[in-house]
Amino acid sequence: MENYAVEMLHITKRFPGIIANDDITIQLRKGEIHALLGENGAGKSTLMSVLFGLYQPEEGEIHVEGKKVDIRNPNDANDLGIGMVHQHFKLVECFSVLDNIILGVEPVKGAFLDKDQARGKVEELSKRYGLQVDLDAKIEDITVGMQQRTEILKMLYRDNDILIFDEPTAVLTPQEISELMQIMHNLAAEGKSILFISHKLAEIMEVADRCSVLRKGKYIGTVETKDVTPADLSRMMVGRDVKAKVDKEDAKPTEVVLDVKGMSVASKRHKKNAVNNVSFQVRRGEIVCIAGIDGNGQTELVYGLSGLEPLSAGTISMCGKDITKLPIRKRSIMGMSHIPEDRHKHGLVLDYSLEDNIVLQRYFEPEFTSPLGFLKRKNIRAYAERLIEQFDVRSGQGPITITRAMSGGNQQKAIIAREIDKKPELLIAVQPTRGLDVGAIEYIHKQLVEQRDAGKGVLLVSLELDEVMNVSDRILVIFEGEIVGEFDPKKVTVEELGLYMAGAKREGKA
Amino acid sequence: MKKNNLLKNSGVQSLIASLICIIIGLFVGYIALLIINAEGAGKAIVTLIKNFLYYPSKPAQLKYLGNTLVKTAPLLMCALSVLFANKAGLFNIGAAGQYVVGAGACLYLALALKMPWWVCLLGAIVAGALLGALSGLLKTAFNVNEVISCIMFNWISLYCVNMLLANVKESTSPYTLPLKANNASALLPDLGLGAFFTKNNYVTIAIPLAVITAVAIWVLLEKTKLGYELKATGNNKNAAKYAGMKENRNIILTMAIAGALAGMAAALLYLTGYEQWSTSQSSVPGMGFNGIAAAFLGGLNPIGAIFSSYFIQHITAGGAYVDKTMYCAQVSDFICALIIYLCGFVLFMKTAMNRSITKREEKAAAKNKEGGNA
Ligand SMILES: Nc1ncnc2c1ncn2[C@@H]1O[C@H](COP(=O)(O)OP(=O)(O)OP(=O)(O)O)[C@@H](O)[C@H]1O
Ligand SMILES: [Mg+2]
Repeated sequence: MENYAVEMLHITKRFPGIIANDDITIQLRKGEIHALLGENGAGKSTLMSVLFGLYQPEEGEIHVEGKKVDIRNPNDANDLGIGMVHQHFKLVECFSVLDNIILGVEPVKGAFLDKDQARGKVEELSKRYGLQVDLDAKIEDITVGMQQRTEILKMLYRDNDILIFDEPTAVLTPQEISELMQIMHNLAAEGKSILFISHKLAEIMEVADRCSVLRKGKYIGTVETKDVTPADLSRMMVGRDVKAKVDKEDAKPTEVVLDVKGMSVASKRHKKNAVNNVSFQVRRGEIVCIAGIDGNGQTELVYGLSGLEPLSAGTISMCGKDITKLPIRKRSIMGMSHIPEDRHKHGLVLDYSLEDNIVLQRYFEPEFTSPLGFLKRKNIRAYAERLIEQFDVRSGQGPITITRAMSGGNQQKAIIAREIDKKPELLIAVQPTRGLDVGAIEYIHKQLVEQRDAGKGVLLVSLELDEVMNVSDRILVIFEGEIVGEFDPKKVTVEELGLYMAGAKREGKA
Repeated sequence: MKKNNLLKNSGVQSLIASLICIIIGLFVGYIALLIINAEGAGKAIVTLIKNFLYYPSKPAQLKYLGNTLVKTAPLLMCALSVLFANKAGLFNIGAAGQYVVGAGACLYLALALKMPWWVCLLGAIVAGALLGALSGLLKTAFNVNEVISCIMFNWISLYCVNMLLANVKESTSPYTLPLKANNASALLPDLGLGAFFTKNNYVTIAIPLAVITAVAIWVLLEKTKLGYELKATGNNKNAAKYAGMKENRNIILTMAIAGALAGMAAALLYLTGYEQWSTSQSSVPGMGFNGIAAAFLGGLNPIGAIFSSYFIQHITAGGAYVDKTMYCAQVSDFICALIIYLCGFVLFMKTAMNRSITKREEKAAAKNKEGGNA
C-alpha cells in the first residue's frame, strides 16, 4: 500500500441548495505538489476547508499518515501538521507581520511574551525559504504579495508538513508568482506535501506533480501533469475546449470618452505622489490597458478616476465634461462603470444577498425605487435573476444567497455582471478576471470586446501580461506613478514591455 | 428535518436566545437574592415576575398594567434609537442624553411657554435629533468616535437641562411643576384609552404611538431605499462609498433619526404627567441605557424590541413590590439591572446555539451512516 500524507475519502459536504462536494476522494502523496483544478464554485475551497477543520463533512473520512482522524476545527488541523493559506487572507490588519505570524502560538517566558525568540525563528525561516517580509510593518501597509508571504510564514512557523494553498497566485504579480513557485519546490523537496489550488493552467503544469479535477462538486479524475497538455486539463475541467485567445477585429476608435490631463494623486504610503502628472485618453471603441507591476500607482490612478480619492493636481473629463470634482454617484450616472480591484473591500456588501449586491449601483433608479423611497423588490428580483442567468453566476440559493457564502469567482462574476449591464460609456476594469476559471475568463474577455465594439471606451488595468497582450488595443505602461511608454500590442514583445515595467527603459518625454 | 430548519431561522434563533437569556437572568437574580436573604428569595423573585398581578383585584391589576405600559413606551423608543443606529454601524450610547434634552425641551415648552402637547412633542423630537446630529457631525467632520462624543453629551445635557428646568420647578421641591395643574393642554390626549385600564389617566396615545413607530422603523429599515443605504454603510462603508452613497450625510442622518427617537421617548413619558423631572438629579436617567439592553434582548429587530421593552419594564415595575422589610429598596433595582445585563448576551447565545445545532446534526448524520453500514 502506498504511503499517503493525506487521504480524503468519499467526502460529501452540502450547503443549503447545493452539494458543494459530492463523494470526492483525493490522495496526497508525501512530498508531492498536488494541484486542485475546477471551475468557479466547483467546491475546491470547500474541500480544503473540510481538511482544515472549518467545515464538517456529512459523509466521508479523512486519513492522515494512514490513520483515520477527526478534524473538528483548525486547531485539530494544526495539531496534525496541516496549515492553510486562504483564498481571502485572514490577517489582523492593525497588527504587525510578526504579531500575525505568532498569533495564537506566542512563545512565553514566565508570564511575558518572548518575542525575541519568535523573531529569531521567523527570521531563520524567512531566510531559508526566501520569504522576504518586513516583520515590523503593519499588515494594512504592506502589499498583497507580502501579506501572502506572511501567511506562508505563519504556516511554516507552526511546523506544518501538509500545506494548503488556496489560489495563492490570484493576487500576485508575475515576479512574485515565479518566486512562489520556487518556494513551493523548495518546500516539497524538504518533504512537505502541498495541495495547491489555481485557475492558471501554466502554473499547474510548471509546479504540480499531479492534478485532480472537480466539476460542479463532483470528482472528475486525477492525472500526472507530465502526461497531459493544458488543453487536456481545461477540457477535463469545463467539459469543452476553451479558446485561450480572444477573437477580435482591429479597433476602430472614434471620439474621446476619457481625457486625463496632468493627473496626480497623493500617496498614503509615502510623501511622494502615487500618481504623478499622468495624461492619457481613452476613445470609444478601444480597449486601453494600463500595464505595470503591482504597486506602481494603478490603484491610486483608478481611485482618482472613480472619485474614491481626490486629485492633488490635474483634470479628468468624461464625454467632454469636466468631472474632476464630481462625486462618485454623478460619475456613475454619467456612464462610468468600475470593476474594483478588491472585491471584498469595495465591490460587495458581503452580508447582503446576491440580488441586493446586483443592484448596488442602480438601486436608486425608478426601476428599483418608487417615488416614495420604497424598494421595488419584485423588480430587483427579476433583474437579479436575469443577470445571474446571463452571466452564469452560480450559488446555492440564487438571488437570496448571502454573498459571503458564494465562491470567490462567482462573487467576481456578480460584480462584473452588475458593472457591464449598467450600460456604461466608460468601463474601468481592474483585474477583472482575478480568481476566475478559464471558461469564465474567456467569457469576460469576450464581454470586454463586445463593449468595445458597441462603441464604449474600456480602460483595463491588469497585472497579467497574457491578458494585456491578448485583450488590449493600446498599452500604457505605468512605472512609479508615471506613464513611461505607449505600445501597440501587435508590435511589442513581452520582453520589451517587461523592461519598461521594471523601469529599465522609458520613452523620452515629448 | 423540519424542526431543524425552523431552528436555523435567524428570527426563531433570536427569540429562543432571548428567552434563554431571560431565564438565566432570573435564575442569577434568584441566587443573588438567596445570598442576600435566603428566606424571602423565592417570594421576591415571584413578586418580580408577577408585577401588577401582585394585586388581587382585577381592576387594580389593569390599572397597574397600564402604569407598566406607560413606562414601556419610552423604553421602546430608546431601544429603537439604539438599534436604528446599530444597523448603520453606529453605537448610540447617547440615547440617554438625547432623552434628557427631549425631556428638557418638552417640559420647558409645556411649562414655561404653555404650548399644546403636539408642539411639546415636536420640540422634544427636534431637540433629540439635533443632539444626535451633532454627534454625527463630530464623527464625520473631526473623526470623533460617536461613543466618546455621546458620553460627553450625556453629561452636558443633564446639567443644561437641570439648569433650564430650574425655571419651571416647584418652589419647595426640586421637581418640575405638575403638568395637569399648570398646562393641561400639554398632556398627551388619551382618546379614551385610559378607560380600558381602570381610569388610568396616564395611559395615552403614547403607547400606540410607540408601537406604530416601531413598525415604521422596521418598514424604513427593510423596505426603503434609505434603509438599504444605511445598512450597506453599516456593513461595509467602503462598498457604500464605492456605490456613491453619501457616507457622511448618512452618518449624520442616522444619528439625527436615532436622536429624534430618543427625544420622542422623553416626551412620551413626561407629557403623560406620570413623572416630574427632578432638577437635582446628578446621574443621567437610566432609560437610554436600558434601551441598549432592550434593543439587544429584542434581537436588534424593531418588532422584537416591542416585546423586550415590555419585559424589561415589567420586571422593573415588579421590583417595586418586593418586600422592603427583607430587602433594602435598592435590591430590586439591583436584581433588575442584573437581569437586564444578562439580556445583553443574546448575540453570544445565538452563536453558541448555532454551534450546538451544527454539532448535533453532524452526530445525527454520523449515526445514520453507521446505521446504514450495519
Ligand atoms: N459557507 C457557505 N454556505 C453556503 N454555501 C456555500 C458556503 N461556502 C461555499 N458555498 C457554496 O458551495 C459551492 C462551492 O464553493 P467553493 O468556495 O468551494 O468553490 P471554489 O471551487 O473554491 O470556487 P472559486 O474558484 O470561485 O473559489 C458554491 O456554489 C458556494 O456557493
Ligand atoms: Mg475558492
